[in-house]
Amino acid sequence: MSTALAPAAPATRRRRRLDSTAIVWIAFVAVLAIGAVLVATTGRSIFSDGSIRDILTGMSVLGFVAIGQTLVILAGSLDLSVPYVVSLSSLLAASTMNGQVGNIVPGVLLALAVAAVIGLANGLVVTGLKVNGFIATLGIGLIVKGYLDTAYRGATGSVPAEFRLFGVAGVGPVPISTIIMLAVAVLAFFFLTRTRTGHHIYAVGGGADVARLSGIRTSRPIIVAHVLCSMSAAIAGLLLASRLGVGNPTVGTQGGYDLLSIAAVVLGGTLLAGGRGSIWGTIGGVAIFAVLDSVMSTMQVNPFLKDVVRGVVIVVAVAIYTGRVVQQRRARFPGKPETAAKKEAGR
Amino acid sequence: MSAPALPQRSLGSRLADLGLALVSPRGAVFLLLIILLITITVLNPSFAEPGQFMRFLQRVAPIAVVAIGQYFVIVSGEFDLSMGSVITAQVVIAGNLIGQDDSKIVPVTLFMVAFGIVIGLINGLVTTLLKVPSFITTLGMMLALLGGVMFWTGGAATGNPADAFREIGRGGFRDVPLLDFIPYSVIILAVVLVGALLLMRRPFGRTLIAVGDNPVAARYAGVRVWWVKTRAFVISSLAATLCGILLVGYAGVHPSVGRGYEFIAITAVVLGGVALGGGRGWVVAAAAGAVALEALFMVLNFMDVPSTLRDAVQGAIIILAVAYSAFSFRGRRRAAPAPASPGSASSASGKEPDFDPNPAVPAPPRSPAEL
Repeated sequence: MSTALAPAAPATRRRRRLDSTAIVWIAFVAVLAIGAVLVATTGRSIFSDGSIRDILTGMSVLGFVAIGQTLVILAGSLDLSVPYVVSLSSLLAASTMNGQVGNIVPGVLLALAVAAVIGLANGLVVTGLKVNGFIATLGIGLIVKGYLDTAYRGATGSVPAEFRLFGVAGVGPVPISTIIMLAVAVLAFFFLTRTRTGHHIYAVGGGADVARLSGIRTSRPIIVAHVLCSMSAAIAGLLLASRLGVGNPTVGTQGGYDLLSIAAVVLGGTLLAGGRGSIWGTIGGVAIFAVLDSVMSTMQVNPFLKDVVRGVVIVVAVAIYTGRVVQQRRARFPGKPETAAKKEAGR
Repeated sequence: MSAPALPQRSLGSRLADLGLALVSPRGAVFLLLIILLITITVLNPSFAEPGQFMRFLQRVAPIAVVAIGQYFVIVSGEFDLSMGSVITAQVVIAGNLIGQDDSKIVPVTLFMVAFGIVIGLINGLVTTLLKVPSFITTLGMMLALLGGVMFWTGGAATGNPADAFREIGRGGFRDVPLLDFIPYSVIILAVVLVGALLLMRRPFGRTLIAVGDNPVAARYAGVRVWWVKTRAFVISSLAATLCGILLVGYAGVHPSVGRGYEFIAITAVVLGGVALGGGRGWVVAAAAGAVALEALFMVLNFMDVPSTLRDAVQGAIIILAVAYSAFSFRGRRRAAPAPASPGSASSASGKEPDFDPNPAVPAPPRSPAEL
């Protein structure tokens, strides 16, 4: 083990200047290049319209969930309730719309409002009751799941054709849903970097005690992050409803959006402990997943092997560049941690 | 980290201590457990018969073993999300490799143990040496292992292993006087629990808690953090292996056996008052958390709660239990007139110092033990 680690040490030092987001996108380009070669061996091109549309479509649902998850993780919490919020919002929207064009707006608003309430509950339990985010959102998620299982049996409602455009329409090879997802990402980016609450999210995630001593009300950013996370998960649910045409109580859990979105966020260079990371890194992580999935589908990889590849890629990718970020964060006292890290690498 | 025993106390103050301990976060799970068991007995008096109770414990044993394994990882400040997949993998391995051949039981069991150790080593070394957050390491392991097992079996259920092997999980000593029926799995659980308790009292256990509490301080104190944590991961994988062996007994072989056990285990551990993030908690309370969780399911069963609502009730109770322990921890911390730095007051025995005129005693007793 130690011999394997030794050559990695100088490499990390050289890369220290690079922003973690940049590394994510370099990794994305690498994955894309390898994927292009692999796909080319089957006689197809990864840059064909169909393939690009496939990748971008694959990005949009996970993208919405991961954007919200980024906010929550940056604030130092975690959201495991997203799959149930996704399912619930798809059901609420589809059953409210019930095929009526006039009901599109109320359906969307209802889904978003209910999601906001769930997010508020998450945030209040985390901040008010001081329950760890992992447990709080797991519990709230279970409560929502109980409601879903009790109130709905199978697919419900229907979505009017106009709303289905959200899922299928596109500009050239670029689906509308991906454009909206990127627009939400831009909004989230400005929220995080240009607003006071955004800065507070970073501060609270980086160190709640320090943030409080600096005069920040620590609960508000966490609550806001949870509300926004649930709402973006609800958008993902709306998108799924528009694609499927109906609402489905298991659509969120089948997608495994809780763990996959967390994996995408961490793949994007965001620290799981909070306080460090960016939206664009997350989008990069989501893009890596989408390219991987698309390539494996084209190569007709066994669906079970896909999971193996996904699991290995998550760990390897994070091992390559996240270890660096963790060390960077420890370097509060320049000099000392360097030796500590070296000592550990030497073992 | 039980509170240092003070010599010569009157019976009254000990009883008061017991009462306080039961409402304290570490004891709350036992209070919850007692309440749940009494509720079950009221709803269904035959539950109190020893045979029935033993069968209840038999059903709890696999979950409790997993919770004990998860405890070691959580108290060291990490997560193990791969436990469910390890259980599934081991169940499928047992079904496929043992088959109906009794002579293969021992070699395959040894292979399963070795497999568990390897999984734990990979989880631990990737987490500690490659510095991948354990959430991600074990998530990747969970996906890869489950995918691998499903790929190997083609996603279909396979045959059950030999009956002699299944007896471990579902058999027991019958017609025992007084107790009627002692399942093997309850004996195994007892052995595992005592073993875990002894392990936590040895230098390894003390070091593990120190590492979970503050890895940097532990490293400066000379602890080989990576090796301590890696051993915790190996223990949790071995616990998952054992759980798989027990589950084969009465659940049979199916690719969905073990699914979701990692979250149940984490829930049980947290219900037992063990702090996520590490450094605080008692292994017996973690096991009691598993029993309480199973008892809770049983109460819901008896009360005719629609099965679909069980999740909701479970979710609400987890939140309330953890919120309760968070509140009492804070209350206690506030009650202790924090001497100098509020940060250090969070140590488990934080109430002692102010009564002690001798300033040399307070916090240190932990650290020398690690060296």
